[in-house]
Amino acid sequence: MLKGKAFKFGDDISTDHIVPGRLLHLRSNLPELAKHVLEDADSTFARRVKKGDFVVGGKNFGLGSSREHAPLVIKMAGVSAILAKSVARIFFRNAINLGLPVLICDTESINDGDELEVDLKSGKVENLTNGAELSFNPIPEIMLAILNEGGLIPYIKKYQDFVV
Amino acid sequence: MGKTLAEKILSARSDEEARAGNIVVARLDLVFVQDSTGPLTLRQFNETGLNTIYNSARTVLFIDHSTPSPARELSNDHIFLRSFAEEKGAVLSDVGEGVCHQLVAESWAKPGDIIVGADSHTVTAGALGAFATGMGSTDIAIAMALGKTWLRVPETIRIIVRGRFARGVSAKDLILHLIGQIGADGATYMALEFSGETIATMPMSERLTIANMAVESGAKVGLFPSDSITEDYLRRQGRKEQYIPLSADPDASYESTIEIDAAQLEPTVAKPHTVDNIALARELAGVDIEQVFLGTCTNGRLDDIRIAASMLQGKKRHPHTRLVVAPASQKVLLAALAEGYITTLVESGATIVPPGCAACLGVHQGVLGDGESCLSTANRNFKGRMGNPEAFVYLASPATAAATAIRGKITDPREFL
Ligand code: SF4
Repeated sequence: MLKGKAFKFGDDISTDHIVPGRLLHLRSNLPELAKHVLEDADSTFARRVKKGDFVVGGKNFGLGSSREHAPLVIKMAGVSAILAKSVARIFFRNAINLGLPVLICDTESINDGDELEVDLKSGKVENLTNGAELSFNPIPEIMLAILNEGGLIPYIKKYQDFVV
Repeated sequence: MGKTLAEKILSARSDEEARAGNIVVARLDLVFVQDSTGPLTLRQFNETGLNTIYNSARTVLFIDHSTPSPARELSNDHIFLRSFAEEKGAVLSDVGEGVCHQLVAESWAKPGDIIVGADSHTVTAGALGAFATGMGSTDIAIAMALGKTWLRVPETIRIIVRGRFARGVSAKDLILHLIGQIGADGATYMALEFSGETIATMPMSERLTIANMAVESGAKVGLFPSDSITEDYLRRQGRKEQYIPLSADPDASYESTIEIDAAQLEPTVAKPHTVDNIALARELAGVDIEQVFLGTCTNGRLDDIRIAASMLQGKKRHPHTRLVVAPASQKVLLAALAEGYITTLVESGATIVPPGCAACLGVHQGVLGDGESCLSTANRNFKGRMGNPEAFVYLASPATAAATAIRGKITDPREFL
């Protein structure tokens, strides 16, 4: 069970909003890069986010480049899951590969600052602030298997191959 | 039932009956990274403990995003890439050779391949009939180690294009128009497959432009059939023997079909800050532009430079508008020099920067100032893309770029034809 506060963002949050190219020189200095997480969407986010909180987006979250640094710095900020109406393909794989759950659900009723409780097993999100309950789409089987091992590296260390 | 191009290629490379929606594990023909995603990939590779690259002769590390390096941290990343290549035997493409996707098209991709790269515009090689898609660092690290990856077989949207482009209109206008129509997430998780009489005669440089931008509609891959144009292109690259014809079965099943009449298209522009925020160039006439950028994996090829040079011949760029030109590869630069295009561009006031990504991703060689606008031939205009969240990026064709450089304002190129 995951519990935390929602940080609400709009539609089309791109990888450039999350870690812009101008910070390319920090990509091998992750602690420094992580200080800028989502800077171009909300410059106060990095300061305010707490361990266990959720990033809540609209449609097409994470569109743009393949840079895995985007979900990585979100994970490093302590975020326990990303919720969005839809997620760009590469970002989706990257987040799961890092062990960061991405949950596709109708995020319309979630407001910035709401307290959420997420049950990954049952696929339910409870909004403790307004009482609403949401369910998210099941995560595809192979991705769930990767997520359950904590990401693709531990998954491959265990199985040495893709088990589908 | 027949197969789409995606289903055909994935079936052949997985020995499974690949049908839309299935998950297959496919053998890979080429795996690559570039210098902005590469260091993390190599660190993840080292994490796996697997140690050897599955096929080092077809694993390429490209140094193209920040070349020559503008910062010591990036120089150190480059050292890491070079020493990894040396140690593990991977192929290195170093400073100045060009943008990874252009080099993949010139030297590596062939019809029927499965190609994965740690860069979203890996889709570019779809122009040659390769199933080519971008992934993140960890996926690519595992692909390097195992020589295979898992893929969900995508549903396909068929794009049929008929009719001839009017003068001043090209593939860039077509793909911007299409993205405007279906939206930046209109093809998420899906394949785009291009066909029709316009596609059948379209030169490879324009096919590459279209395939390159497939990802801006969320697509996993943008596929073209492999035909006589593909054969001719491979022959000119000295790789004639790698040609195989490839097309979808006539009874393949598609998610949907979109038909476009190329003759109806006009010069098109994507406005800040999303690629699907489309307008016609003539509707934006008068918007001040401080910098024009001609280059990138989308439009930095010889044909693009030729179009711009022919329009700028004997003219000057507007005094308030910088013109930055980055040929997509060394080969392109040499050909543009031999044809005299570079002389023409420099005489018109252009700044030529070395083959590579240059200003495209906002690290160097053309970072925008506060409140400035750039008209770029690249593929992305997200906020902050060219190094400054207080700046504005418009996307357009090389012809629109040249016309805009002359006037200093967004200009419909047909005014110069
Ligand atoms: S030219 Fe631009 S879009 Fe193409 S690979 Fe380089 S940074 Fe990416």
